[in-house]
Amino acid sequence: MLRKYIDKIKPHFEKGGKFEKLHSTFEAFESFLFVPDTVTRQGTHIRDAIDLKRAMSVVIIALIPAMLFGMWNVGYQQAESLGVVRSLMENFRFGFLHVFPVIVVSYVVGLGIEFGVAQVRGHEVNEGFLVSGMLIPLIMPVGIPLWMVAVATAFSVVFVKEILGGTGMNIWNPALVARAFLFFAYPSEISGDMVWVSGVNEAGVQLADAFSGATPLAQAAAGHPFTASLSDMFIGIIPGCIGETSTLAILIGAALLLFTGIGSWRIMLSVFAGGAVTGLLFNLWNANSYMALPFYYHFVMGGFAFGAVFMATDPVSATHTSTGKFIYGFLIGFFAVLIRVLNPAYPEGMMLAILLMNTFAPLVDHCVIQVNIGRRMKRMKQPEPVRN
Amino acid sequence: MSVFSSKKLKPLIHPILTENPVTVQILGICSALAVTVKLEPALVMALSVTAVTGCSNLIISSIRNFIPNSIRIIVQLVVIAALVIIVDQVLKAFAYEVSKQLSVFVGLIITNCIIMGRLEAFAMANKPLPSFLDGIGNGAGYGLILAAVAFFRELFGSGSLLGYKVIPEAFYEFGYRDNGLVILPPMALIIMGVIIWIQKACTKEAK
Repeated sequence: MLRKYIDKIKPHFEKGGKFEKLHSTFEAFESFLFVPDTVTRQGTHIRDAIDLKRAMSVVIIALIPAMLFGMWNVGYQQAESLGVVRSLMENFRFGFLHVFPVIVVSYVVGLGIEFGVAQVRGHEVNEGFLVSGMLIPLIMPVGIPLWMVAVATAFSVVFVKEILGGTGMNIWNPALVARAFLFFAYPSEISGDMVWVSGVNEAGVQLADAFSGATPLAQAAAGHPFTASLSDMFIGIIPGCIGETSTLAILIGAALLLFTGIGSWRIMLSVFAGGAVTGLLFNLWNANSYMALPFYYHFVMGGFAFGAVFMATDPVSATHTSTGKFIYGFLIGFFAVLIRVLNPAYPEGMMLAILLMNTFAPLVDHCVIQVNIGRRMKRMKQPEPVRN
Repeated sequence: MSVFSSKKLKPLIHPILTENPVTVQILGICSALAVTVKLEPALVMALSVTAVTGCSNLIISSIRNFIPNSIRIIVQLVVIAALVIIVDQVLKAFAYEVSKQLSVFVGLIITNCIIMGRLEAFAMANKPLPSFLDGIGNGAGYGLILAAVAFFRELFGSGSLLGYKVIPEAFYEFGYRDNGLVILPPMALIIMGVIIWIQKACTKEAK
């Protein structure tokens, strides 16, 4: 029935039709609802069943565990801060009501700009923003004002995606740029101890005695003992950005990404390897309590796991050669831990590490390719073995 | 022909928009990033640069036939340096607060590529009066962009203009916050990029 309706209104959007200007909007909705009926017309052409839309959908599904857990955790942390006990569903409902608006704002603003630009340029709208729109809310603290989310999303979509040519042309990961924008523009709303739990900022809130809003990262940077155990951090019952706290939920998503082959195992593995090696090196140095921290704590604190699984593997901004992926991932892990331990002003090193390596990804690729060319040239120049 | 005919004024008008030194020739970017956090220092900087470009163009143009070609750069630098010192001293005497904010950037006017560029490209080959107008025009073009960038940076970064709060307190009570990124240099580059973008889009349509 829907198909029939779409076919009926389709002529209006073709060239010369009533709504010619809205062609790309129509096209976007049609291909969102159905597999588009465009066929390759000339030449032999092999198409993978995995197109951009499929890949995006899988990433969205992989994000769902982290998102659901994040919603519950928002409620749970709020209950903890007030010292009240609530049921699982109540916590979840509280979290849902606080997280859902952020998701809506991120999608409405981001997709709105994408559609607008596509109209003006006469491009087709593609699915590029679906994943970014989901990632942005998951790396925000829950108390973030909605207009800031809107400004940051608009900034990253316009200046990181559209200016550089749209989906597939961006140098940096748009979601991370949105977070970096907020981090530098409104530092008091996205870092510190009081933003991670909903409602703590508001005046007149009676906080529980043992409550500390600090994330484990902040505690580590300040040299305080952790209030959460290692297993709590792994499961994710800690304050933090909405989607990043639960390493467990992220690993479920990672398994899905690896199983479908959409996330690169080379990058994920080497990010963790880089983090582990750097953590061990700091253990050897051992100048303060943060350096002495066992390396696996880095994996479960803050956004390390989330960044490694969902951000670093972004196929557009990462390296493309296989060797390059190992180098790229390893350096992300290395810089993330380095920034965390050595620079107390930036407790979350993962964001900056990934953006830094995004910038250098083309250079890494270039070097890998040049080395390969050089090796082959050398092999060619070697004299042929003498055969008798 | 009167002095104010359009042909005579061309060196004055042209550099302000169509051949703007900052947005079209991409010169003098460094100081445009450094002094545009607040509107007031940006305006003072724009005036200083305009004075230096105008006077140095005038001086070099009047003595252009006596400068040996092989040492012309040194001669130009001496003239610019002398003018910059004068501007610096004047600022220190009459606008001490602003000159403290501008600090080293007044002295660095000497390295501003616009001034050298105009001397080489225009003053060395033209009569004093058009050269003077060309200098003033380029300084004004530079100042216009500086003022525009500083306007947005001060408005969004500090919520004020020329030091006066313009964003009402009520906004802050509703949760509005000043944007810290606008204060940082990267955002100056982005604002500059947007200005260039808008200008390119407009001139393309005009053609």
